[in-house]
Amino acid sequence: MIAIKEIEKVGAYTQLMYRVFAKPDKWSMFFRQYKEELKKQGIDSLAIVVIISIFIGAVITIQMIKNMENPLLPNTLIGLATRDILLLEFSSAILCLILAGKVGSNIASEIGTMRITEQIDALDIMGVNSSNFLILPKIIAFVTIMPFLVLTSMFVGIIGGYGVAIFTDMITVKAYESGIQYAFTPYYITYSIIKSVIFAFIITSVSSFYGYTVRGGALEVGKASTDAVVNSSVLILLFDIMLTKLLL
Amino acid sequence: MIEVKHAIKSFDGNTVLKDVSTTFETGKTNLIIGQSGSGKTVLMKSVVGIHRIDSGEILYDGRNITSMKRKELNALRREIGMLFQGSALFDSMSVLENVKFPLDMFTEMTEEEKIDRAKFCLERVELSHALDLSPAEISGGMQKRAAIARAIVLNPKYLFCDEPNSGLDPKTSLLIDQLIQDITHEFNITTIVNTHDMNSVMEIGENIVFISKGEKAWQGTKDEIFDTGCEPLEDFIFASNLYKEIKKAHKFFHDKESSDPPRPKTKVKISDTDYEPVEDEPNGDQKKTQVVSK
Repeated sequence: MIAIKEIEKVGAYTQLMYRVFAKPDKWSMFFRQYKEELKKQGIDSLAIVVIISIFIGAVITIQMIKNMENPLLPNTLIGLATRDILLLEFSSAILCLILAGKVGSNIASEIGTMRITEQIDALDIMGVNSSNFLILPKIIAFVTIMPFLVLTSMFVGIIGGYGVAIFTDMITVKAYESGIQYAFTPYYITYSIIKSVIFAFIITSVSSFYGYTVRGGALEVGKASTDAVVNSSVLILLFDIMLTKLLL
Repeated sequence: MIEVKHAIKSFDGNTVLKDVSTTFETGKTNLIIGQSGSGKTVLMKSVVGIHRIDSGEILYDGRNITSMKRKELNALRREIGMLFQGSALFDSMSVLENVKFPLDMFTEMTEEEKIDRAKFCLERVELSHALDLSPAEISGGMQKRAAIARAIVLNPKYLFCDEPNSGLDPKTSLLIDQLIQDITHEFNITTIVNTHDMNSVMEIGENIVFISKGEKAWQGTKDEIFDTGCEPLEDFIFASNLYKEIKKAHKFFHDKESSDPPRPKTKVKISDTDYEPVEDEPNGDQKKTQVVSK
């Protein structure tokens, strides 16, 4: 029974995406919405990305130092490990898990509230493709802003590690610097961006689906918001494994 | 004119509309009334096209919406304005932007023309002082008026109002009713109002469709509603003591009128100095008012 319900959900999600990826009714309105979403999802997420990345960068560096006290291991490995953790996993997958909480719940509750207050019905009655009008700008905006957020996170995370080298005597700045430059593989950045773009699509489309299909009142909007975050997170983890296997 | 022919609609095996046939006339306020759960909202949503009926036809001036494709339906919907129960104004936009929205979506007017048109509609509903306020900053009655302005901004042929008076005080309800009726006459729109408010029925009911248990139980005008002989309708109307008393009074005057011998009509004219009853002349002319000094 549960399996049938889940299959029905996948079907409903596919049908919704089919309507979402239609030609917008009016391009000027689409770009207006797109700009607003860029600000709401991208620029407004910048602060949390910077704060989390700088602290996680610092914490990873400290933990690497604590776990690599063996004199046989060179200190440069600390910078290298910090960089690779940030580039390969944190700035794409973990950052997207965090953003699934912020952006995903925001999208699900916004669209869900529009649904229960009949604003979506009002769009449909006017002859507007409501799913396309509301969801497409969100997906495109988040997918396009995500590489910028990922690059910011990588940069700021490495700066966080730098902070540990500068403000503590746990590792020298020189050792950290040589570590972050050692055996650098530029493809890791491409890999991380590819992953994050797919995760951005998952976050926005899944959250929009849960918001758009809400039935009931405020309680159901809250539940949809939670479901959106949980399901986006699970899908991100699932796709993380698949993409890692495929791309690395 | 909108015609509904043999409309049947079921949800999960439960038939909500049972072979409903009716007509909604152009230039009149057509009311759908009935108890909660009677199927009036389903009827209205089916007419608008939110629900697809299982069988039957819905004709908008001869155009059958049940056989229309999505594109055709969307084109027809641009001729429709709708006022929702909760107003359904977009929270992220100001009142002016809300009214301007259909123009932004469906016209190639310049920004100035769009603003002028939106302001004209807001002036029509006496809301020109609230252009820059957000929906959350205005009262329920003002939200309803803004929603009416948005519904009429594209000059619709058809206007749907879902419980326009819900949550409003009697005075504001009356204003909204009058506004809906005035707009209907002014722009010759086919207006359909879904309501269970008897005050609205008596105020603007030019063509009333009573729905009971998913069936059309009665159709007529507000003048005919007190003597229908339709039991479910009488149960619905006379549920409140006020309307029981009105019915008694209606019956009293009706009986008195039929038992009294015919007599000439009497009118009273009031002047600023004094008044005196005047009787019509047998040829239909009125006698001149005789002013009596105080």
